[in-house]
Amino acid sequence: MAVTLSERAANHVAKYMAKRGKGIGLRLGVRTSGCSGMAYKLEFADIAHPDDVEFESHGVRVLVDPKSLPYLDGTELDYAREGLNEGFRFNNPNVKDACGCGESFNV
Amino acid sequence: MALLQIAEPGESAAPHQHRLAVGIDLGTTNSLVATVRSGLSVVLGDEFGRPLLPSVVRYLPDGQPQVGYEAQEAQALDPRNTIVSVKRFMGRGLADIAHREDLPYHFHDQPGMLRLITAAGPKSPVEVSADILRHLRLRAEASLGGALIGAVITVPAYFDDAQRQATKDAARLAGLPVLRLLNEPTAAAIAYGLDNAAEGVYAVYDLGGGTFDISILRLSRGIFEVLATGGDSALGGDDFDHRIYCWILETAELQPLSVEDARMLLTRAREAKEYLTLHGVAPISAQLKSGERIDLKLSTEIFTEITRTLVAKTMQPVKKALRDAGLSISDVKGVVMVGGATRMPQVQRAVGEFFQQAPLNNLDPDKVVAIGAATQANLLAGNRAAGDDWLLLDVIPLSLGLETMGGLVEKIIPRNATIPTSRAQEFTTYRDGQTALAMHVVQGERELVSDCRSLARFELRGIPPMVAGAARIRVTFQVDADGLLAVAAREQSSGVEASIIVKPSYGLSDDEIAGMLKDSLLHVKEDAQQRALKETQVEAQRLTEAVSNALSSDGELLDADERQRIDDGLIRLRTVIENNNRRQIMLAMDELEADTKEFAARRMNKSIRRAFAGRHINDLDASSRLTTGEYE
Repeated sequence: MAVTLSERAANHVAKYMAKRGKGIGLRLGVRTSGCSGMAYKLEFADIAHPDDVEFESHGVRVLVDPKSLPYLDGTELDYAREGLNEGFRFNNPNVKDACGCGESFNV
Repeated sequence: MALLQIAEPGESAAPHQHRLAVGIDLGTTNSLVATVRSGLSVVLGDEFGRPLLPSVVRYLPDGQPQVGYEAQEAQALDPRNTIVSVKRFMGRGLADIAHREDLPYHFHDQPGMLRLITAAGPKSPVEVSADILRHLRLRAEASLGGALIGAVITVPAYFDDAQRQATKDAARLAGLPVLRLLNEPTAAAIAYGLDNAAEGVYAVYDLGGGTFDISILRLSRGIFEVLATGGDSALGGDDFDHRIYCWILETAELQPLSVEDARMLLTRAREAKEYLTLHGVAPISAQLKSGERIDLKLSTEIFTEITRTLVAKTMQPVKKALRDAGLSISDVKGVVMVGGATRMPQVQRAVGEFFQQAPLNNLDPDKVVAIGAATQANLLAGNRAAGDDWLLLDVIPLSLGLETMGGLVEKIIPRNATIPTSRAQEFTTYRDGQTALAMHVVQGERELVSDCRSLARFELRGIPPMVAGAARIRVTFQVDADGLLAVAAREQSSGVEASIIVKPSYGLSDDEIAGMLKDSLLHVKEDAQQRALKETQVEAQRLTEAVSNALSSDGELLDADERQRIDDGLIRLRTVIENNNRRQIMLAMDELEADTKEFAARRMNKSIRRAFAGRHINDLDASSRLTTGEYE
């Protein structure tokens, strides 16, 4: 089981973490909500929970809670640019269909 | 596919719930828009990645204005319809504008604010600013992928009520909710994180393209007070370009030039200035229309020499501002550099020598105000990090008061009072039997009404006749978080009241604003309709996909008739999706949903049966037994 960051995403995370001045890594997760059932969680992590599953990707510590992991397994977090907009994108092989906005999804 | 940003722990927004807010530096020469992305303030560039938007608007006869670089390029061709530096006209009447005979515009004086007569009709400075703000709003929405909940817009510290109100009106016209107006030097101080730093006095040295501002701020208990401001509204980076240009003319011994040659040489001069920021010598080469070639080398030493008087000119207001604040150089804890022209090494050196300390200059001086505004906007929008629960307070820039007998000013709210605030004072009648009282609200530091700016007039009528001095009239001044004023007067014994919600003498009347809003409302409606259509199309797309998936996995639950109906509904919905007719799409969606209701129920039953198949009631765990307990 693994969750990874693309090199580009890792560089951006490292930049944001340095500016923020605190935090131990990045927390990825899912929760139920949104128009297609589930939504991603993408947050800075200040503490690790005892049951977190940890990954290391391009030098960034990635924390995932065990309940979210089955839905995220194999996901690569990428950083993308679309026109003027830019941000992180979950490339998640578990997703069957997502809502048009891509913010929520179904597995 | 939406692109996500990193949230603070526990603060991930629900889908479609992002609170997008921006900071806008609405500058005289250039404007910028910035936002906080994943905890980092960034300036949002245009499609070519250019961060600045020249604050230039060109009006064409067909009504659709050009904004930014496009308008700037047309400036020489179409000076009358190309409005530059409109910020100087905000909240101003014709009499306030110095050297207007040098400006290429057709002015029209109107009670309140002047108008500029353009090919697209008369335009108030508020409308011109609104066109700049609208451009920035659209850029921000494209960059952030959604509608903004609001913006923090910066204004010079010395802007009075009329100018602030005009800025707010412009934002309203541009469809941009204003979270807060913020003083430019305060925004720069926030960008450097000085609001988190120790208390103390800071100087903000802002040398822009065409204006110079110096502000002395004091930070105490999280509040920035503006102690003094000063500057020169006709001194900026452009003057340095001009000095180089004159040096080229003299050194190359050129004859008077054509307009095109002069513009070209001015551009070369600016390039040389920028080159000298990082290099010791700048080459200047150009070919004139006459075929004559120019090949010169400008050294830092010569550049410093020919611009020495300009740099010295900025130091006079600095000294005066310090004197006004009653402070000496040793009281100043830090100096913040703002404005692209502060990149010049001789400016940095002069400021460092004057204040006897190295100025803060590690942020891009063009972007520092916008970045500070974005930080504040992010907080006001409610996207704050844990432990960041401070809210920066601002202060009244100039005292607010009432005219009393003899043309004197009675100050009700002193300058540097933190806002929002409310203060009241009692007044009385002057004559026996006096039944009305005229109120004249003024703003300024001077003692005489004639030296202050008149903001509003209103009357309190219906005071019962009494002997002079017997009436007790309580006047309340209330200032909201944006520094805008409401005044109310109440005679205590009879209860008669009168009030006014700032109708600055140099602002726009409500009718005028209503008229402009009506115009813009047409577009607002279009914008909203466009957005609703897009959302419906996305929803319809999602529905067709969900139904197709269900049909392929559980199609056997339907008989031929039912299947036909759903297939027909799907085809109908797919054909109308591209029609750009929201009603048709919604109708087709409703039909399809009605036709698939029974199908959905059957699918649900099937999956429940599958989950429970072959299991005895006792196999289920305690929690599920609890809910089915009544059957035991």
